Amino acid sequence: MQKRISHLPFHDTPEQAQKLDAVIESLKGQAGAVMPALHQAQDIYGYLPLEVQKKIAEGLGVSLEEVFGVSTFYSQFSLTPKGRNHISVCLGTACYVKGSDKVLDRLVAKLGIHPEECTEDGEFSLTACRCIGACGLAPVMTVNDEVYGRLVPEDVDKILAQYAAK
Amino acid sequence: MDMVNIKVNGVSYEVPKDSTILEAARYAGIDIPTLCYLKDINQIGACRMCMVEVKGARSLMAACVIGVNDGMEIFTNSPKVQESRKMTLELLLSVHDRKCLTCERSGNCELQTLCNEMGIEEDSRFEGALPAGEKDNTTLYLERNNAKCILCRRCVAACQNQHVSVIGANNRGFDTSIGCAFESGLADVPCVACGQCIVSCPTGALTEKDNTQDVIDAINDPEKTVIVQTAPAVRAALGEEFGLPIGTNVEDKMVAALRRLGFDKVFDTDFGADMTIMEEASEFIHRVQNGGKLPMITSCSPGWVKFCEHYYPDLIDNLSTCKSPQNMEGALIKTWYAQREGIDPKNIVSVSVMPCTAKKFEIKRDDEDAAGLPDVDISLTTRELARLIKKAKLNFNALPDEKFDDAMGISTGAGVIFGATGGVMEAALRTAADVLDGTSHENVEYHEVRGTEGFKEAVYKVGGMDVKVAVVSGLSNADALLQKVRSGEADYQFIEVMCCPGGCVNGGGQPIQSATTRAYVDLKATRAKALYDQDKAMPLRKSHENPVLKQCYEEFLTDGPNGHKAHEILHTSYVKRGV
Repeated sequence: MQKRISHLPFHDTPEQAQKLDAVIESLKGQAGAVMPALHQAQDIYGYLPLEVQKKIAEGLGVSLEEVFGVSTFYSQFSLTPKGRNHISVCLGTACYVKGSDKVLDRLVAKLGIHPEECTEDGEFSLTACRCIGACGLAPVMTVNDEVYGRLVPEDVDKILAQYAAK
Repeated sequence: MDMVNIKVNGVSYEVPKDSTILEAARYAGIDIPTLCYLKDINQIGACRMCMVEVKGARSLMAACVIGVNDGMEIFTNSPKVQESRKMTLELLLSVHDRKCLTCERSGNCELQTLCNEMGIEEDSRFEGALPAGEKDNTTLYLERNNAKCILCRRCVAACQNQHVSVIGANNRGFDTSIGCAFESGLADVPCVACGQCIVSCPTGALTEKDNTQDVIDAINDPEKTVIVQTAPAVRAALGEEFGLPIGTNVEDKMVAALRRLGFDKVFDTDFGADMTIMEEASEFIHRVQNGGKLPMITSCSPGWVKFCEHYYPDLIDNLSTCKSPQNMEGALIKTWYAQREGIDPKNIVSVSVMPCTAKKFEIKRDDEDAAGLPDVDISLTTRELARLIKKAKLNFNALPDEKFDDAMGISTGAGVIFGATGGVMEAALRTAADVLDGTSHENVEYHEVRGTEGFKEAVYKVGGMDVKVAVVSGLSNADALLQKVRSGEADYQFIEVMCCPGGCVNGGGQPIQSATTRAYVDLKATRAKALYDQDKAMPLRKSHENPVLKQCYEEFLTDGPNGHKAHEILHTSYVKRGV
């Protein structure tokens, strides 16, 4: 799948910026430094926005496209931030035949975001995931560490309301 | 050279030890088909087109990356190899926009040629899904159509080779596409417009932004006087589009063709090049004598200028303020020439034919409008001129030999060699030596700065002082040199930089030759030879001896080279762009 790119404004704290500077400093001059730099940057920020990739490119003396190419090649890198509440909808075979795509559609409609995106207020992010091993409960979604099973699309509204209130 | 013995299709050959299978097969008179391979630029074994059978090997091997070893037995034409090639092509076709009839590269497409040669009978054996195939039309000079991209990465390698690297492979698997960081358009990244990606592309995925219709419209407008100028390197390559051997100088037929296309005047950018030398040599002398910024670096190559503005903004004061020959000539067409001929410059359409895509960017720069109008209105590549000639159905090779029009069609050998790396430096030295030494030197050839190597340096005694010069072509070489200039390590006074490897003869607007041809022929050397041969045969070989140029300074730029009026008309300014 093509990586989604976040267009939400980027905020970082002085601590985060300092950490990233240290990471880049420690990797300067090393061959193949882009991968570890991206890994550690994602640990710091939770995702890899333009501003962070630019800093890595400049710091390591490689082109921004080279950094971007690596960040979009590997599935573990994310270019969109995670929300305070992260929702995963299982699109594994069992969940899918039980209608998890409809659950996902409902979430997309309610939240106004696509999978791999985050709401503007930073409250919710959404992803479509592979089998999480709870096929007996299909269709399944998780919110943070909580599992919700045997869903019908209408359940989505109630679950979201629970988290929005928090 | 160490040699090894190998067998190709059962016949024994002795080949250099460090050959790849692909190179070794050439000794046997066999071309192994390739798509991603491009000599000296891209050798990554990605496309799987060059697979061959090697005795004892478990599977087929990629000939472009596997080296030979003693006793190796290679089969390039076995049923297994043929089946593999066919399958590779059929898979590529399954995700390729197969509208060959309307494709600009039809007839000169490496994918199409291979399909024909390999006898692909149906283009849809596998029902693939066409990728989205985003188009990028954001720049003034280039278009990308990813529906025709085969992901060979030759453009990516060409861009890396220029130390620009603004394009690369994004995402993975079926979603892979060649593009810019964060899926920006090319206009929003520090691309230098050199077009080396276009001449590297085996298919129709990359083309220049076509401006031929603008020219046709201008010619058909009775109000307009349409004046064309052609760069030195164009004559050395245009013939390739009409089946002539690489390195044929077609100046005379090109002029005849331009007249028949309907241009009112056919001028030679070599005149603009002569003007550039007068201005640049004078500027250099002025800088040396007045403690100006040194080293002075040439500014004829718009790809190089853009590179400097993006990546070395701290060095833009080192750039000569001279406009390029194209824009000097354009500026004089709309000022001096218009005045002399009594034409309202508003009714002049100034067209250039260049070996270059960056010229399309250059004509839209600020401060390139001496008459309050763009110095040059439309810039075409060599390929676009060929397209115009073909469209008009001119039998190019049967055209008579004709000469450029007077006035700005008069030039010297110094102007001609501008098209090759070292040419600008040599032309400048010819004039600077005469002016500063107050004599007319008999020797006009400066062999130390000739040749296609990426970096050359020399010291010449000019006007009693030692002038240390450097000549680089290809931006990787420029990058290396500029780092030394920035750090103060380099102590040159005068540097010539040309953006494309080998100079304009190898520009991004030149006819596209296949990877196979480029494996056998050194395009830059062969085309450059045509220019040096022409220079040698010319009666005038020094810019300052150009009679029309002298007239221009007498009548129009009356305070002389590098004077106030010359600055208004023939000089420009730069911007710090950054990355």
